[in-house]
Amino acid sequence: MPNRRSLAATAVALTLSAGAFATPAAAAEIQFWHAMSNRLNELLDEQVAKFNASQDEHTVVATNKGNYSEALNAGIAAFRAGEQPTLLQVFEVGTATMMNAKGAIKPVHELMAETGTEFDPSIYLAAVAGYYTTSDGKMLSLPYNSSTPVLYVNDDALADAGAADMPLQTWDEVGEVLAKLQEAGNDCPMTTAWQSWIHLENLSAYHDVPFASEDNGFAGVDTTLELNGEAQVRHVGNLGQWAQDGRFVYAGRRNEGGARFNAGECALFTESSAGYANTRAQAEFDFSIHPLPYYDDVEGAPQNTIIGGASLWAMAGKSDEEYQAAAAFLNFLSTPDIQAQWHQDTGYLPITMAAYEQTKASGFYEENPGTDIAIVQMTGKAPTANSKGIRLGNFDQIRGVIDEELEAVWTGDKPAQEAMDSAAERGDELLRRFERTAGR
Amino acid sequence: MEKRVVFEHRWLPYALLAPQLLVTAVFFLWPAGQALVQATQLPDPFGLSTEFVGLENFEYLFGDRYYRASFLTTATFSALVTAVSMSVALLLAVLADGVIKGSGVYRTLLIWPYAVAPAIAGVMWLFMFNPSIGLVAYWLKAFGVTWNHVLDPEQAMGLVVLASSWKQVSYNFLFFLAGLQAIPRSLIEAAAIDGATAWHRFRTIVFPLLSPTTFFLLVVNVVYAFFETFGVIDTITRGGPGQSTMIMVYKVYADGFVGQDLGSSAAQSVVLMGIVGMLTVVQFRFVERRVHY
Repeated sequence: MPNRRSLAATAVALTLSAGAFATPAAAAEIQFWHAMSNRLNELLDEQVAKFNASQDEHTVVATNKGNYSEALNAGIAAFRAGEQPTLLQVFEVGTATMMNAKGAIKPVHELMAETGTEFDPSIYLAAVAGYYTTSDGKMLSLPYNSSTPVLYVNDDALADAGAADMPLQTWDEVGEVLAKLQEAGNDCPMTTAWQSWIHLENLSAYHDVPFASEDNGFAGVDTTLELNGEAQVRHVGNLGQWAQDGRFVYAGRRNEGGARFNAGECALFTESSAGYANTRAQAEFDFSIHPLPYYDDVEGAPQNTIIGGASLWAMAGKSDEEYQAAAAFLNFLSTPDIQAQWHQDTGYLPITMAAYEQTKASGFYEENPGTDIAIVQMTGKAPTANSKGIRLGNFDQIRGVIDEELEAVWTGDKPAQEAMDSAAERGDELLRRFERTAGR
Repeated sequence: MEKRVVFEHRWLPYALLAPQLLVTAVFFLWPAGQALVQATQLPDPFGLSTEFVGLENFEYLFGDRYYRASFLTTATFSALVTAVSMSVALLLAVLADGVIKGSGVYRTLLIWPYAVAPAIAGVMWLFMFNPSIGLVAYWLKAFGVTWNHVLDPEQAMGLVVLASSWKQVSYNFLFFLAGLQAIPRSLIEAAAIDGATAWHRFRTIVFPLLSPTTFFLLVVNVVYAFFETFGVIDTITRGGPGQSTMIMVYKVYADGFVGQDLGSSAAQSVVLMGIVGMLTVVQFRFVERRVHY
């Protein structure tokens, strides 16, 4: 029976040597909260698995937290409880909220500098990175999945209605195609997803008119909404008319229209270029991708469309090891192979020039016509002050207000001008409330 | 040994009350106090800084016409849910009271919806009435009614009222049935012998004798309609379309947890607390007078 002294000695020796076995490399497991669902979730999980397998220092644990709004609110609530994840995927409308939360975030440029990770901001596409960069070029969050709206067309439905050869470049032309579809007995000629993003925000950028003052909010938090301008009211009025006569069927505020289009119910569908992933997986009909329509009698149209999607933010208050892991993961995501694969599988834009060149060189765009439309639409022209993007506080709530007013137009309760004026007024109240908390 | 009704030890009653008092303090007084404090603040979403603004949140609230509209929406919703669930339950209870064969089966079937969580009930009704894939929506289309509660405010209100009342009918049914069975048969029989019709008997004997139960259920149903219908609203309409089903308790959640405007949300919950408190006081003062115990 070992005596007590030798037992104690062994215990001390073991404890001391355990310290020697502790890994000197900064190894950590980090939490990555995101809002990708269905096919996109599968693809994201593949990326995470690849990263975890490629090295044995860091582990990333990815968790889906619901939709974009839910993920942002989960992140905020977690921060307040001291349980924030290391990486949080926040949609573009949450950018102003995140940017102004200086004590809650770890800007990407700081993250990279502090962990001594190699980081070259110039490899990212300017049109994409610009949204998430300060005015002096410091990147705050890493663009992860950026998309732009395009027009999906159910070619079989159009052929059935005898509209297969009709042009779809301008909204007036689209109106005629919808009428033809309706004549042929189609119940749902057109539907949309993300109505505010596509038909107001992108409409404004694409026609080079302002959505909000102060360069759409880039120049200051004292911005006011200007979405009740002529071009916007005209378009909302058109859609309202189509909603009344059945050419446009409203399915919901987010992406409820996707289910209907992919099931073959609706013929035309304005949606993010990233809807490609789901449509490719689910559609049992021939479909094609077209550029977003515009009004050709508006000067400056078509300018360029702006991004939607999300970026990855690092949150404050984590340990050095966790930041090492986060920096390594962000760099991994930016490598050309990973980006090119993600872009080709999902329809999201390639974030880096290298990924775009790689995809082009592989002949992908020839084999899959329409998949380069998003890039061309976004980068074809140098952006103006009205088309760099939008940066507004409380933007998610403002979108809610816009959605409500648009819904009133679709049901015929309000004319377009009144609805847009009301949206601007209500949105301005939210902006002023944000301004007060952002100034502190 | 003599039977004692008086406690010997002076601390015993306090010790027995202590757990309940503790629960009330922790789960009611403390959050209510925090809500009062937060209602006077304007914090940023991440809680990194806050500004004391006094009663400004309340001013902002009452100046917002959508908030004022939610008063009316809540009143309409609560009135409808209470009326529908209580009257249907009373009818079913009266019918079930008369059944002798298989009464156990009927009663079980009528009672089990109460065990369904509000969110599940909401999803279930949403499934049935979904404009694209719902069965009931499909049948309604056959009758020429286009059902789209995503766009039509009245249909949305109708659907949430239906889903909320469905759940509450079971609870009311239980109490009404018990209340009916407590009425002495002799009274009913005597009235029947005197030539009173069923309706007359109900109106003059059964209903007045049911009044304690009815009063109790009225209070409970109003509280239910104000607060516990949150799950139904969240799963079916989320306050839409256009805020037409935005009842006050849902607005507290939407503004606070989704909109991250915690100051306004706290102010709203203070107002809501005041309203329900007042309603209950009103009910006890005025309606209770007409109750025959």
